Order: sequence, then C-alpha cells, then structure tokens
Amino acid sequence: MAESPAAAAGVSIIVRRLTKRFGAFTAVDDVSFEVEAGELVALLGPSGSGKSTVLRVIAGIEQPDVGEVILTGETATHTPPRDRNVGFVFQHYALFRHMTVLENIAFALVVRRRPKREVRARVDELLRLVQLQGLERRMPSQLSGGQRQRVALARALAARPRVLLLDEPFGALDAKVRADLRNWLRRLHTEVGVTSLFVTHDQEEALAIADRIVLMNRGRVEQIGTAREVYERPRTAFAASFLGPVNVLRGVARRGSVWFGDGLEVRGPDPGAGEEQVVHAYVRPHEIDVAREGNGRHAIPARVHRLLVLGPEVKVEAALAGSTQTVDVSLSRERADELGLAEGEAVHLHLRDIKIFPDSADHYSI
Amino acid sequence: MRESAAITRGDAPLVRRALIGVAVGYLSLFVLVPLANVFAQALAGGVTAYWHVLVRDPDSLHAVILTLTVAPAAVAANLTLGVAAAWAIARFRFPGRAGLISLIDLPFSVSPVVAGLVYVLLFGSQGPFGSWLRAHGIAIIFALPGLILVTVFVTVPFIARELIPVMEATGPEEEIAAVTLGAGAWQTFWRVTLPNIKWGLLYGVILCNARAMGEFGAAYVVSGHIAGKTETLPLRAETLFQEYDVRGAFAVGSMLASMTVLTLVLKALIEWRNRRRRPPA
Repeated sequence: MAESPAAAAGVSIIVRRLTKRFGAFTAVDDVSFEVEAGELVALLGPSGSGKSTVLRVIAGIEQPDVGEVILTGETATHTPPRDRNVGFVFQHYALFRHMTVLENIAFALVVRRRPKREVRARVDELLRLVQLQGLERRMPSQLSGGQRQRVALARALAARPRVLLLDEPFGALDAKVRADLRNWLRRLHTEVGVTSLFVTHDQEEALAIADRIVLMNRGRVEQIGTAREVYERPRTAFAASFLGPVNVLRGVARRGSVWFGDGLEVRGPDPGAGEEQVVHAYVRPHEIDVAREGNGRHAIPARVHRLLVLGPEVKVEAALAGSTQTVDVSLSRERADELGLAEGEAVHLHLRDIKIFPDSADHYSI
Repeated sequence: MRESAAITRGDAPLVRRALIGVAVGYLSLFVLVPLANVFAQALAGGVTAYWHVLVRDPDSLHAVILTLTVAPAAVAANLTLGVAAAWAIARFRFPGRAGLISLIDLPFSVSPVVAGLVYVLLFGSQGPFGSWLRAHGIAIIFALPGLILVTVFVTVPFIARELIPVMEATGPEEEIAAVTLGAGAWQTFWRVTLPNIKWGLLYGVILCNARAMGEFGAAYVVSGHIAGKTETLPLRAETLFQEYDVRGAFAVGSMLASMTVLTLVLKALIEWRNRRRRPPA
C-alpha cells in the first residue's frame, strides 16, 4: 500500500529495512515502520535497543548501512541533515549556551536569512506556544530543566519542520515535571498537529501519550500497534514483559495444556509428538482475582504472603501452593475489603487472562 | 589517607605558610628580580637616553618591526592549524589520532636550535630544495620566510593544546543541533563553535604570541644574524650585548619584555573575566 505515491502522501515518515552497525555491533537490525501524517508515535524500548539510532538516522545525523528513509514522500536517505527540515529535540536539550532564549528559538530562521520582522513574529508566536513569554532575554543557564526543554521544542518547531523527532524528551527531568510536561506535549501536539516521533524507555510515558507504539528490542521491532493493542495483545514474550507490570510463571506445555505448580492447567501450545516444552505464562496483576473458594480447574491454591494498601488499590503478594513462585495481584480497595484478607491465609487465584510464550532469552526483567 | 588528613589538620598553617613562602620567594628571586632589573638597567640613563638608543639605532628599530611581523604571521598560521587540528582531534575518531596529538606536542620537546637546523638542512643551499629555490630566486634561509617557518614550528602546540580540552568539554551536541536546524558548515562554525571556544582561543593566541616574540634559538640558526635585515628583538639584544653595548642590550631587552608582559597581562585579564562570567557549575 505504502508503495503507491498516493498512499505515501498521508505518510510522513517511512523507514524501510534500516540496518546500522557500529563496528561489530548491530545497533539497528532490519527495522521498518511508518508514521502517518499528524500522528504522535513512540519508539519504545530498553536502553541499547537501537531506538535513538533510528531517530538519528531519520534526522540524518547517522547514515544507515542498509535501508531507506522517506520523508513526506521524498527519499531522504542520503539528504544532508541541514536540508531535511526535520525538527530534532535532544535529550540534554543542546541549547546554544551563549545565545539567549530568543536567539536560540530564532536560529533556524536566521540561518535561512528570513527577514527580521518575520523572525520576531514567529519567535513571539512560539514563546506563547511554549508559555515562555517574558523569558526571551534569559540565557539557557538561567532556566529550569523543564523551561530548557520547552525552549528546545520551540527552537525545533521554528522553521515549521516536516516532522518533529524527540530523543528521550523528558529523560533528564524529575518525575513530577516529566508527568506535567508529557501531558503538555500531548496537548501541544494536538494544537500544532506536526507529525511527531519520540524515543522513550518509559513504557508509562509511551502508553500515556502516543497514538501508536513501535516497540524495539535489541535493534529489532518487536511489535507495532496502539498502546492498547500492544498492552493487551502482546505478540512476543518481550512485549508482554516490557509493557506494564506482569507476573511471569514457569510452566510445562504438554499435549495442548500447560501445567503450573499444583493444580493449574490451561490450554496452551502443543509442542507435538508427546514432547514437553518449558513455557512462560504472563499474567497482569489486575487480571487475577482472589477468592476463598476454588471453583473449576482454573483456580490455583495459594497463600497470602503480604498485603500492601496503596491508596485506591491493594497489592497482594501470593505464594503458589506446591511451588516457590509468587505472584502479585492488584485488587480494588472495595474487592479487598469485601474479602477481608489477612496475611498467611489460604486463598484461590483465578487467572482471567494468560499469555503463553515459549521460554526465551527475550524476556525483559529489570 | 589517614596520615595526610592528620597533616592537613594539625600542621596546616605552618605547611601552608612554608609552601607559599617558598613559591613566592622562588618566583621573586628567579623571575621578578631579573625582570625588574632589565627595566632598571635600561632606564639607568634616564628615559631620554633609553629612547635615544632605540631611535638613533636603525638596526634596533628594524628588529622591533621584524618581531612585530614574524610573531603575528606565526600566530595566524597556528590559529588556522590549531582550530583545524583541535576540531579533528576533539570531534572525530580516526586511525593515527593519538599520533597526531603527539605530533602537535613534539615542538615542546625538540630544542629550538634543532628545529632551526632542520629547516636549514631542508631549505639551505645544500638541502634538497636549495638549488631549486636559488634558481627561482626564493630566499627562505637567512630571510623572513625562514624566521616565520621556525617560529611557526616552535609555537605549534600553543593554540591546538589550549583548544582540544575546551572543544572536548563543549561536546558536539550544539553543532549537531545547528545542522539539524538548517545551518551550513560555516554558519555552524561562526555562530555556534567559535562563540563557545573564543576564550580558549584568545588565551592560546596570547600565549602563542608571547612565545613567538621571544623565540631565540631557532631564529638564531635560520636568520644568519644579519643586523638590520634578519635580526628579531631577542637576536638584536644578544648582538648589542656581544658588542659590549650593555645599555642598548637592556633597552632592547626591556622592549621585548614589555611586549610579552603586556600579552601576559591581557591573559590575566581574560582569566579574571572568565572567572566572573562563568561561576563554577
């Protein structure tokens, strides 16, 4: 579909079969994805997964070994970065330290030799947009981290770039400012409408503001989809383990069933020919219910190990009977009160949704 | 660790006073007193006599002019080389990078006399280029070009050495940002790189200039010591001294000293200004 020029008009960024090596290390390995015009997409992955390199290749700061980059329908693989008209926001801002806020924001227009009045008008407009009116005479060293990041954003937007690329835009900020700034970025994106691709290692950040997520691991794309798709229907063990809190249970698959510890048996993959295979089951804490009575085969006997009340939710740490494995269960406060649980009690766990993947090295753990 | 902590705590005032005393005494004895003496001797016959020596002696005046030609030329050459070399070393990783750094340092460890001899052997009448140069009427040795060449050689490290750490500390991020914002190579250099390195650059230029003005050994070898033609200030001072014109030697010496002292005062001013502008982060 994307091959046809007509379809390409609605696509701002196409990355096709990108590979980038640094010496013997393959940082980006056959990566392909597209970003539709006006979308806000997250390139999500742990550090070292190659996501920043992909972003730098799109900006032209790095050259790919294989593959192509197409920006708004034009092949840009070998276009020098200065001619790509791409806005880039760096993790550590990279503001020009000897220039004022005003000079920083105006830079892209000044090097394009735009008339002074036009530059001033555009800078004023951007200062309003990033809510920094009155600070235009300050030096970057006189600003807070959040203010610097907004200057960097205004500077990147000044020349009306075709796409906006953000490399860990909130990585250097503390948690409170991060949360504020990301919601603000989401609103700004709605207002400006520029196609944006941002790199983050923070799954919460990606889930919170991205229209779609490109999940990367070890230089490869693991899954592409909306936040909901990737969260609810992970296609790989890595996707299941990287996004959101999850319990991992070891089990054995045999003849279409998977067995965990005492009692629990679920339908699962059949290794075939009477073979056995070690598998991992991924269950989110809120996909587990706790009951006093076990009903049916899908209840696992367990013992309440610890209870933690965290505001509106209650976290239950339960040890599976006949196994050394423990699981975290997240219950609503109401449900926990209704059950009246105490530490040390025997209970049954009902698993509502289980994803089973073969044992693999790609499981993500902190 | 424990021991040294005890020393600083217990004997601090005494040790401190002793160290400061040694440093101040040493510098006074070996630097300040001789330097003051140069001016005192030169001015012994009064200010008018001092000026008489300089104005009545055309060879000395010529030496002043020659020094003011050679030093800026050498600084200009090393400014270009220094910025280019520092850029290459700070921004790129390439085979031979460590070798390039050592090469820049080489003139620090080679005696200036040897440097002068090397150029004489290369461009002198017996050297590989000698006959070709003579055939084309180009004089390098015993002439201005030779003086500039050896001065450039001797002062190579000053600017590059000053800039490499500055550029490494600044990092390439601002330059990359400038390029993504549409700036060309020259725009990036003039608008982003240069403002970030300007103080380091100026500092390097001043040190380079002070050293270029004072160069003696290499200049002695390649100049042929021709009064009124190839004598720079240090060479002129030596000639006058050999001719038992002590007052003249001191007058020329004090001229040279005031030029270099002036550049060092400039350097101190810049350091002071930098400390005020940029409080430690």
